[in-house]
Parts: sequence; structure tokens; C-alpha cells
Amino acid sequence: MEITEEYLERYSRHILLKEVGGPGQKRLNRAKVLIIGAGGLGSPNILYLAAAGVGTIGIVDDDVVELSNLQRQISHNSEEIGNPKVESAKKCALRINPDIQINVHNERLDSLNSGQLISKYDIVADGSDNFDTRLVVNDSCYAYEKPLVSAAINRFDGQISTFKAFQRKEGSSLHPCYRCFVPHSPPQENTISCAETGVLGALCGVVGSIQATEVIKEIVGFGKSLSGSLFIVDGLCNEFRKISLPPDPNCPLCGLNPTITKINHRK
Amino acid sequence: MEITLNGEKFTLETGSNIVNLIDKLDLNADKLAIERNLEIVPKSKFAMTIIEEGDKLEIVHFIGGGEE
Repeated sequence: MEITEEYLERYSRHILLKEVGGPGQKRLNRAKVLIIGAGGLGSPNILYLAAAGVGTIGIVDDDVVELSNLQRQISHNSEEIGNPKVESAKKCALRINPDIQINVHNERLDSLNSGQLISKYDIVADGSDNFDTRLVVNDSCYAYEKPLVSAAINRFDGQISTFKAFQRKEGSSLHPCYRCFVPHSPPQENTISCAETGVLGALCGVVGSIQATEVIKEIVGFGKSLSGSLFIVDGLCNEFRKISLPPDPNCPLCGLNPTITKINHRK
Repeated sequence: MEITLNGEKFTLETGSNIVNLIDKLDLNADKLAIERNLEIVPKSKFAMTIIEEGDKLEIVHFIGGGEE
């Protein structure tokens, strides 16, 4: 991105922040972020990261826009019903900021393609709708050494954390991976999605915006990372809590004796 | 002994560990994390983590739905 008067005006409120400034804004412009899922959480991420001038945004999703999505998935609109979510979200993001690159990956992320997708980006924001995908994303991010900012919502609750276990030094109690929190996919009857339980639409904005904030902080490198903490949002009782999330020495992925050692496309 | 569980007073036998607590509540450990005094207890340490008088515990249910 060229530094023109228009550039300085577009990003002036970022550049004014001493924690971001001109150099931080340039880091955002050079950054490549992969967003998993263009749904309730993906939408605010896509829009705010596009607005922030993140130079390359990849979006992975294999769904099409449905009417029941529009209560919360704000990167889509009524005219896009039936169209791929990745295309709809791309259009919306480019309307906010035409100077960025959006890569659409109209496919479902799985253990076969995750390494290939994730390795092309600097940082990953996961807002997917199931534990299997979350675990695959986590394993690939660990293998390819990409910071993972993960968020989830259900009903009135949200959970956000950042995982970069690849940065952990031996014996350190910093930097867990997602499997230190959720070691394996919970039993089926627990994997309820919003289709079955409902979710307050505006809460996706709260949690997704916190997630986007953490992505920006990881890229620019200011403030405190959420790595090693779990941020819990209780939208019913207006409670925001941050608790410690230490690595599990027996984590199946990043622990002392890992049982998950084969990851596709591992370096 | 008395502890605080999910913000409310709860009575538990002295010397109980986290597995005992989960059993007593009839919960499935695969679906949740336990927060003890503002820190998530690693799952592999559930059996060796003895709950102490006055501990503040919270059950943190896993959420997987970012929903797409």
C-alpha cells in the first residue's frame, strides 16, 4: 500500500494511537490473516480487519447465505441469500476498504487442506462452528507456528483466547494450545450448535470484535496478549472475566509426551 | 468443608479432588473445564488436585459453536 494523503486520512485514527502509529499501521497492511468461518464471529472479524487495513484477508467457508443467518452474520445481506458466504463477505469487506486483498476459500477446512491453507497466512482467527474443526485448526497452527486467536459463542456466552504454544520455552508455564483447554472433541450430545440452542445476534458482535482486537494486537505487537488467559463473556449477567489458562504438561499435542504427532503438510 | 461453586456456597468432603467433585455433580469431564481460584486446572491434573476449604471453583462448559 502506497502512503498517500488518502492513506493517511483513512488510517489517521490508528496512526494517532502511539501504540499503533505509522509503523503499526504498515504492519497491519503487510499482514495476512486467515478467518475460519464467515458466520457470526467471522463477520465482525472480516469487517473490522478490512477496515483496519489488514492487507490480505483469507476467508474459509463452504456455506451459502441463508435467511436465518442474517440475524447476526453482518457481513451478509438479504440480496446474498443462496450465494457463497465467502463471496458475500468479500463484497462487504471491499466496500469498506477497496485497497485490501481478499482471498476466498469456498471449501470446508479439514485435516487434509488445513496445513495448506494456514501455512499461507501469518495469523489465524477461528470462529468455526464445531470442535473437530477447532482442533484441526489448532494442530495446524501449532505445526506451522501461526498464532491462533480463537473465539466461540453460544446463547449468551462467549469465550476468547489466543494460542501460540509454539513459542513456549521448555518448562515454561506460558503459552498453552487449544488442546490444553479442550484435549479432544467432547461427546456428540454436547456439540450443540446455534441452530439448536440459539444465540443472541449482538453478542456475536461483542465477542467477534474482541477477537478482531486481539488479532490486531498480535499483528502490531502492543498491549497484553490473551495467550495464557481465557476471556469469558457472560452476556446475561454483564460479566467479563479473564482467568488463567496454563499449558497442560500432558496435552496430547504440545505436552511432554504428545500422542498427536502426525499433522498433514507438517513442515 | 465449604467451597464456592459457581458463585454459591457448596459443601464437599474434606480431601476431595476435582474428579470427586465432578462425580458428585454427575457431570461429564469431557465436556467442561474446571476453574479453581481464577485458573483453569489442566485435565490431567484433576485427580491430583485436592480442593481446599474456601476454594472458588467454576465449571466452564466448552463452547464450540462460532456458528457459521
